[in-house]
Amino acid sequence: MRIAPTLNVAYRALRRNKMRSVLTALGIIIGVGAVIAMVGIGNGAKAQVEAQIASLGENVILIFSGSTTSSGIRTGWGGAGTLKIEDAEAIRREVPGVIGVSEEVVSTTQVAAGNQNWFTRIYGESADYFDIRQWPLADGAPFTAQDVRSANKVCVIGRTTATQVYGNENPIGQILRIKNVPFTILGVLTPKGLSPQGVDQDDIVVMPYTSAMKRVIGGTTLRNINVQIGDARQIEAAQQQIISLLRQRHNIRPGRDDDFTVRTQQEIAEAATATSRVMTVLLGAIAGVSLLVGGIGIMNIMLVSVTERTREIGVRMAVGARGNDILTQFLIEAVALSSVGGVIGIICGIAASRVLSIYANWPTLISISSIVIAFLFSAAVGVFFGFYPARKAAALDPIEALRYE
Amino acid sequence: MNNGTLVRLVDVHKVYHTGEMEVPAVRGVSLEIKRGEFVALMGASGSGKSTLMNILGCLDRPSSGQYFLDDADVSGLSRDQLAEIRNRKLGFVFQSFNLLARTSARENAELPLIYSSQHLSNTQLREKADRVLASVGLAGREDHFPSQLSGGQQQRVAIARALINEPEMLLADEPTGNLDSRTSVEIMAIFQQLNERGITIIMVTHEQDIAAYANRNVIMRDGLIRDDHLVTRRSDAKAHVQNGRDAEPI
Repeated sequence: MRIAPTLNVAYRALRRNKMRSVLTALGIIIGVGAVIAMVGIGNGAKAQVEAQIASLGENVILIFSGSTTSSGIRTGWGGAGTLKIEDAEAIRREVPGVIGVSEEVVSTTQVAAGNQNWFTRIYGESADYFDIRQWPLADGAPFTAQDVRSANKVCVIGRTTATQVYGNENPIGQILRIKNVPFTILGVLTPKGLSPQGVDQDDIVVMPYTSAMKRVIGGTTLRNINVQIGDARQIEAAQQQIISLLRQRHNIRPGRDDDFTVRTQQEIAEAATATSRVMTVLLGAIAGVSLLVGGIGIMNIMLVSVTERTREIGVRMAVGARGNDILTQFLIEAVALSSVGGVIGIICGIAASRVLSIYANWPTLISISSIVIAFLFSAAVGVFFGFYPARKAAALDPIEALRYE
Repeated sequence: MNNGTLVRLVDVHKVYHTGEMEVPAVRGVSLEIKRGEFVALMGASGSGKSTLMNILGCLDRPSSGQYFLDDADVSGLSRDQLAEIRNRKLGFVFQSFNLLARTSARENAELPLIYSSQHLSNTQLREKADRVLASVGLAGREDHFPSQLSGGQQQRVAIARALINEPEMLLADEPTGNLDSRTSVEIMAIFQQLNERGITIIMVTHEQDIAAYANRNVIMRDGLIRDDHLVTRRSDAKAHVQNGRDAEPI
């Protein structure tokens, strides 16, 4: 059996019924295009979430104050106020691999400057905060460890806060009144955009946690502690050490629950990407159904083609074509239809996701692997749905086939 | 290559099963055909001549009995082995030409070579097809589609297709059935010419005057051979063609 003439025969057979071939391939084009575009959208969403998680910083462990039960009423995480400043210092001192610790207190309040005022979030942090979150300043300088020790009335603000309060003016060096305490603005943070939860991360005022606790929020406990580990391989060990250290410090007897929660960035990332992963699978599956329908279309047309060309099959058999030759010929036709459809579908899918990301502003990500898989899958659809008609053709009796009207 | 027997059928039976019924189509045929013979196989419809032709053409296997082609028993071969025999040793010409539509004369003629075990380059394929087409008088029409050719010309393409693998035997099933009498004579002229070159021909026909171009007539009835005789007054198709041409202006 010669391959070149067989390809030629397939090509001619497909060209003979141009409209029919195009419509059949269209089923595959739409199927593959939909898969490519949908998976692209899903992956794009996932990549965006991952990027946002990465913006939390690298190798970060978050320790939240635990919940507590008082008179049967359970507070949420962070409500118990079990984390003390001393806990953070102990972590800084005793857990190996720690390169940064930031004590965190959070509140929301009204801030004012001149005749403008704005309701925003106040973050009390240590000077390590900007390194841990990999959040450099766009302008000005961060507060220092000295500012933290002295609980100085200084702060840096996010882009949103800056725009809302100062408009186009340069806020650096200006006074921002928070609960009537005047804070000097040292710098403006680079914009970070929305968090995975959809919160504007730039609507923020960051100040030394000491200042926040003493002058703005009050209280003596921390909401959480951000810890950064130097080496990713040490994260798990550090997580365990932090747990045992805090249990010891909080005098928790064995068998009792922790009064705090330790989460690694990895765990948070997994939880956050789970949704987009489910979405990707779901979208891909729906698109896959259309690919399946396309495959059935190929099977249908191939069956019609086998019936129409019964005589041709008889002639070919009479002049010496074996069952396998006929099988191969029809399989090649089916695979040609599906893989040409696949290639065009891939192009359409890429184009569709481009259009979506440009006009609908959806992030899309098309990986080489999804293109390769889509192509192989479309070829496989051809083999799978072409096999039955091809086998039917190959099994024809030459005498019957020659006599077929 | 011997000059002796090409085809030997020994007590060949063929029974068709249609539901519960067993329909005997061929009921014990023994037949020898020598190389270089031109046999016309005749009989009314239902006489079993088509079934016998299918067995001779290796398209079908006998229910019982043996078929020796070129001294090899082919009665028990598999489908694929039969396909190879058809490709190598046999050429077919059909009543309805059975050319592939929208396919040039050249590509129609090339068809058996595609399934041949010998691998020829595209140029060789082309040259071979063009040569065979020229030998049946179709030089210059290699690129024509069947729809652009007359019935006689289409049958010539079919003959070229049958000849391209240089078969031992040509099997023709009512080759003139769809042709007018003049064209029929032309086709017979080609057959006689091929036969003179040594190709064995078996031709099914129900027309006496067509059978007269063969050198042996085998007549079947009810699945058996009733008569088998040499043609004593053989018609010369070439002469008839000449006469026809001469007569034309009148």
